[in-house]
Amino acid sequence: MKDNGLLITGMVILSVGTYGFRLAGQLLRARMRFPPRAVRLLETAAVVLLTALVAVTAFTQGHGFAGYARPAGVAVAGLLAWRKAPFVVVVLAAAVTTALIRLG
Amino acid sequence: MAKDITLVCLAVGLVAVSYGAIAVVSGFPLWLPMVQSVLVLAGSSELLFTGLVAAGGNPVAVACAGLLVNARHVPYGLALQPGVTGSGWRRLLGTHVMNDESVIFALSADTVGATTAYWACGLGVLIAWPGGAAIGALLGSVVHDTNAFGLDAMFPAVILALVLPKLRDRGTLRAALAGAAIALAAVPFVPAGAPVLLALVAVVMAAKEQEAR
Repeated sequence: MKDNGLLITGMVILSVGTYGFRLAGQLLRARMRFPPRAVRLLETAAVVLLTALVAVTAFTQGHGFAGYARPAGVAVAGLLAWRKAPFVVVVLAAAVTTALIRLG
Repeated sequence: MAKDITLVCLAVGLVAVSYGAIAVVSGFPLWLPMVQSVLVLAGSSELLFTGLVAAGGNPVAVACAGLLVNARHVPYGLALQPGVTGSGWRRLLGTHVMNDESVIFALSADTVGATTAYWACGLGVLIAWPGGAAIGALLGSVVHDTNAFGLDAMFPAVILALVLPKLRDRGTLRAALAGAAIALAAVPFVPAGAPVLLALVAVVMAAKEQEAR
C-alpha cells in the first residue's frame, strides 16, 4: 500500500474500465440484447464478492482470526440492518459493540 | 420524486463519509478517497478496492475485481432509453453519472421525466459521494489507531448494510454464503486479497445451478 505508483495504476484501471462499461451499454444498445441470465449472473458476482469481503474483514486479520469483538460488532450491525434500522445506527452500533467488548 | 432523490443522495453522502474515514484510518493517503470518489464514482467497487488493498492485496488485481463489481453498468446502459444520458459533450458527463440510483430513478419515471430524474439523481450523487468522502477523509485523518473505538468493525458493517437487501433472494444468498465460506477457508493459505477473489468459484457454481433449472 506504500507504493503510490501501483495504487494510482489500480485506481486508473478501475476508473477507466468503469467509464468504459458505462459507455459500452449505450453504444451496444442498437446492436444487441443482453440475455437476462447474464445480467443476473453479473449481479450475483457483485454480491458474492462483497459478501466475501464482509466475511474476510469481519473475521480475519492477516492470516488468522481477528478475535471475537469485531465479528460480534458486525453481527449486531447485520441484525439491525436486517430490521431496517437507519444506516447511521447500523454503523455506529458495530463500532460501539466492538469497543465495549474490548473494554470487558 | 425530488424528495426521494434528495433522500437517496443524503444516504449516499452518509455512506461516503464512512468510506472516506475508513480509507484514511486504514492507512491510505488523504487524496485517495477524494480522487477515487470523483473518478470512479461507484461506491461498492471503491469500498472493495480500499478494503482489499488495505488488507495487502495487489492494487492491479484488486482493480480487476472492482471492475467485475462494476460490470453491471453495461446492462444499465442497454436498459436506459436513448437520449437520457444527453448528447454531444453533455454525454461525457451524462455517461459518468450513470449509477445504481440514477438508473433506477430514470427507469421508474415516465418517458418525459426520465431524463430529468436521471440527471437530478446523477448530479446529486456526483456531489454527495465525493463530498461525503472528503468530509470522511478529513475526519479520519484525526484518528490513528484502526482498532480504537471499534472502528475496524465499521468497514464490514457498512458493506453488509449495503449488500443485505440483495441477500433476500434465496439463490443469491446461497451463492454469497458459499463464497464467504470459501474465502474464509482460504485466508490462512493464500496471499492477502486473494481469498475474496476465490469466492467467485461460488458464482460458477450458481451459474451451473441456474442452467440446470
